[in-house]
Amino acid sequence: MNRVRGAGLVGLVLVIAWGLIALFGPMLAPYEVGAIVAPDVFERMGGAHLLGSDYLGRDVLSRLLNGARFTVGLSFGAALLASSSGAALALFSAISVRWVDETVSRLMDALISIPGKILALVIVAAFGSSMVLLLLIAAVSYMPGAFRIARSLAVNLNQMEYVQVARVRGEGRVHIAIFEILPNMIHPLLADFGLRFVFVVLLLSGLSFLGLGVQPPDADLGSLVRENISGLAEVAPAIIAPALAIATLTIGVNLLIDSLASGGRSVTDEA
Amino acid sequence: MSAHLQVSGLEVTVSGEHGERIRIVDDVNFEANKGEVLALIGESGSGKTTIALALMAYARRGCTISAGQIRIGDTSVLELSREQLFGFRGNRVSYVSQSAAAAFNPSKSIMDQVIETAMLHKLSSKSAARSKAIELFSSLALPNPETIGNHYPHQVSGGQLQRLMAAMALISDPDVVILDEPTTALDVTTQIEVLRAFKKVVRNRGTTAIYVSHDLSVVAQMADKIVVLKNGTVREAGETMQVLDAPSDEYTQALMAAAKPSLRVESLKKPDSETEAALLELRDVSAGFGRVDADGMPKFTILHDVNLTVERGTTLGIIGESGCGKSTLARTIAGLHPAAAGSICLDGVPLATHLSKRTRDQLRRVQIVFQNADTALNPAHTVEQVVGRPLVFYKGISADETHKRVAELLAQVKLPVDIATRRCAELSGGQKQRINLARALAAEPDIILCDEVTSALDTVVGAAILDLIAELRRELDVAFIFISHDISAVRSVCDDILVLYSGRTVEFGKRENFAAGPGHPYTDLLVSSVPELRQGWLEETSARTILRPVDNAVDVDEICAFVDRCPVRLDGICDTKRPPRLIHANGNEVLCHLPQAES
Repeated sequence: MNRVRGAGLVGLVLVIAWGLIALFGPMLAPYEVGAIVAPDVFERMGGAHLLGSDYLGRDVLSRLLNGARFTVGLSFGAALLASSSGAALALFSAISVRWVDETVSRLMDALISIPGKILALVIVAAFGSSMVLLLLIAAVSYMPGAFRIARSLAVNLNQMEYVQVARVRGEGRVHIAIFEILPNMIHPLLADFGLRFVFVVLLLSGLSFLGLGVQPPDADLGSLVRENISGLAEVAPAIIAPALAIATLTIGVNLLIDSLASGGRSVTDEA
Repeated sequence: MSAHLQVSGLEVTVSGEHGERIRIVDDVNFEANKGEVLALIGESGSGKTTIALALMAYARRGCTISAGQIRIGDTSVLELSREQLFGFRGNRVSYVSQSAAAAFNPSKSIMDQVIETAMLHKLSSKSAARSKAIELFSSLALPNPETIGNHYPHQVSGGQLQRLMAAMALISDPDVVILDEPTTALDVTTQIEVLRAFKKVVRNRGTTAIYVSHDLSVVAQMADKIVVLKNGTVREAGETMQVLDAPSDEYTQALMAAAKPSLRVESLKKPDSETEAALLELRDVSAGFGRVDADGMPKFTILHDVNLTVERGTTLGIIGESGCGKSTLARTIAGLHPAAAGSICLDGVPLATHLSKRTRDQLRRVQIVFQNADTALNPAHTVEQVVGRPLVFYKGISADETHKRVAELLAQVKLPVDIATRRCAELSGGQKQRINLARALAAEPDIILCDEVTSALDTVVGAAILDLIAELRRELDVAFIFISHDISAVRSVCDDILVLYSGRTVEFGKRENFAAGPGHPYTDLLVSSVPELRQGWLEETSARTILRPVDNAVDVDEICAFVDRCPVRLDGICDTKRPPRLIHANGNEVLCHLPQAES
């Protein structure tokens, strides 16, 4: 990570900051998350309430510090699940015989053709919303993309001479997948993981904005934007702050990935 | 009178990890008169291409021309403005790169690309440029000069493309033409024709040429002056004659020694007993690509009924040009490319055609070393992991023992032990190739298949690898199959030699036999095409007669495969009948119609 410079450094700082907020946010919150503490709704910034108050007169900063946990945690979990299952399936597919590879790939193509948001809407409508369900929906929608990228990497690496040497040596497929191929696709996969994370943040925020995501009394960043939508006309900080929070989180991750991806590419060039 | 091209105090720098400037070309001076050919020679990384590009005031990304002067005629090249450079590059100085295939746009016809420079610089009308291009095509000895320009790049051969690129460079009548390794990617038989064409056209037009190469023998044919480079500095410079006859610098002497063919294996090992089965025996092996027909033969056959035997502890050389099937042969033996017909026996025991059906012990006994060590070693692994894996895999020995054995193996391939902890991606080309060999040795195989192991390396480094192979042969009881396109490399390490042409064995026999008189016409062509390290060789070697192409209606499988390139073919026999396998007086098995006296 010594290559991280300039914009990448900004990204790194943002990502670390959001990570810390997700972990320790609730402890730092000055007020109870559900308590109505301000005398007025949609208060301005400053004074007792740093980011003003929301549509019920709750402290926006406290709600933000609590909500970040859901957005970051759920997205991280879902992206991790999507990337790792996608990569595992891709490796399995790349080292398998042709028809297995074809079947898995076509199944993934079918899955990728279903729009993620519509799928999520249908599932939430049918089963109701829960954290676990949200995590699974996000993971399933973004797994085929991760699979595609990982598979194309694995297929290329599978043709490399060192893999052929391993095959001539008589190594099993699992050894070839884990020890010969996987280490050489970790960098691009990490970059891809970051991208998936951003996608999931946006998907979950979108669902929450529609009222189908994280349900009250809990609220993630998307829910915060939704519940304060009536403050839009007054330019209330209650709606601007969570929107900015989503923006800084996704932009931060993107900046970090961009700098890592170019660093990662130079590693593969040397290879 | 001052020289036509003058380079003085040239310095090129790149920025390092921490912003400091590293000099990659340092205080280089040379000059060439009008019509002279000056050669820049050195290994990869010596700065020869960087200097050649600097002559066009061009520096690659990250490089800066930081000092010095370059004068061509009365133009001071490094002082030209951007706009002036636009009119200068391609017009007064032009460039022929190593890979013509990559330099041509596949979607435009050749003629459009050849005359593009002339159009761009508005030097002449389109029709005048076309007729000039055709004139250049014929002076470069290209077939059908009138019509070849209408083709697209993929329709002509590599050697022709290289000459077409020279035509592209010469169309603007440049003051200086830079030829950057123009024949390195070509087969020797093609190289000689391209060299001859280049030499003629450069002489006739009085063009000043800069010839960049790593091959001293080629340079000896082309250049009037030689500049020997190492690590960006001039080690020796002078007239070709003087540099070749009396090299004063140590590095030049090392280059000369590496270029001279030498015999690395003295005596033939006799098989232990006559009755014992050969270590490796191939009987009528055929292999190919594409859909398999009813007889089990693939649509495109690469190997046709190849027979060979390798005795324990001996080395078999397989030689042929690119596309002749020599790599497919190695892959077929290793089981990576299943044979369609025939049998492969190891110690008399038939091997399964596909490696998944072979036993672990059979796999251990046949190891393959690939050409390109960059891709043959996993960049994510350390040297110890790479070399240690066969030990763990085949023998299951403990971590301690593995560590010890890896150190021994590294010593065997003459690498320092502390290299074991480094990642493969950090090593140099020669080191990688040694690791590649060490990994094969770790399995304690009976036979190692070496596929072009020296061709991606610099001359001096490649010679060291050949020395290593010769030494390993003496010390260990390992047989080698050494595959190469370089006949002098094959001759220096092999006991037996097999000449492969379009997937058929055209000649097979002991190494000494190849020196004992003429063999197959293709072998003779191959041998006579290798440039010798002396001036005048190119002129002495007789020009090849252009042969009438053979009637395509004849099934090539039923006639001699070499017929359309054979200088001594007999019409009515060679193009109608399949050649017999004869034993020549030199003891070799030769696939040819001709009685030996006439060949």
